[in-house]
Amino acid sequence: MSPLAAKPIEILLVEDNPGDVRLTKEALKDARVANNLHITIDGVEALAFLRKQGKHAAVPRPDLILLDLNLPKKNGREVLEEIKKEEALRHIPVVILTTSQAEQDVVESYRLQANAYVTKPVDLDQFLKVVSSIEQFWLEIVKLSRP
Amino acid sequence: MSRPPHTAPIDVLLVEDDGNDVELTLHALQGAKLRNVVHVARDGAEALEFLQSHVPDLILLDLNLPKLDGREVLERIKADERLRHIPVIVVTSSQAEEDVAKSYRLNANAYVTKPIDPAVFLKAVNAIGQFWLEIVKLP
Repeated sequence: MSPLAAKPIEILLVEDNPGDVRLTKEALKDARVANNLHITIDGVEALAFLRKQGKHAAVPRPDLILLDLNLPKKNGREVLEEIKKEEALRHIPVVILTTSQAEQDVVESYRLQANAYVTKPVDLDQFLKVVSSIEQFWLEIVKLSRP
Repeated sequence: MSRPPHTAPIDVLLVEDDGNDVELTLHALQGAKLRNVVHVARDGAEALEFLQSHVPDLILLDLNLPKLDGREVLERIKADERLRHIPVIVVTSSQAEEDVAKSYRLNANAYVTKPIDPAVFLKAVNAIGQFWLEIVKLP
């Protein structure tokens, strides 16, 4: 189980839909493990954040990434591929959180070494439940790599 | 490659040499809502042998194993085009940051440490079952 570290867990959410951002914030607010949620709304900004480029120079490196697949500027598959190829980033778990149920997206994501693939339910309560489940598993059960 | 929802049971490979941990894990996964079949391999060599003829939906892998170490098993699974899409959850007593970081670098999908208290361990395996069998979309 992950220790109740003094340092809050840093989560990067890559999501362009404001409604989904709001719901994810809502679900994580009540988490038992202290966490900071950072939001980037397209693939290019997500990679800049992870590489601490430009205005992101002072941001912490995330412990966990929640990644949508259909994103502006650079799609989630490309972002995933770049994360998993980059020595400094590849240990960070990436949970795909998407509306796509397409088998091709699921298999491709796992082949690109997404850590888990979760589909967004359309129903609001179900969506909150799914985000809470992600939070409970990754923040309370999993041991993240936090050197 | 994947099943339509609620048809065939989910195939789980459990690679674990400790008899008690096997019992606890089987018990926890039997309680999962989705039907699943757990295959048990007692060492790393047996796991790889099983994987030669099977492609399970999910793998739970201990690190310290007889014959062939779990780290080696993980590396071989993730280097194998036929197997690398299968989520591998490392379940181990090792808390060493070196093992955690190395496992993620070898593309373990998640790293879970075994609590010493059996009741807490059962809770952890329940949580693994709930997340991976009910929330996650497996390939």
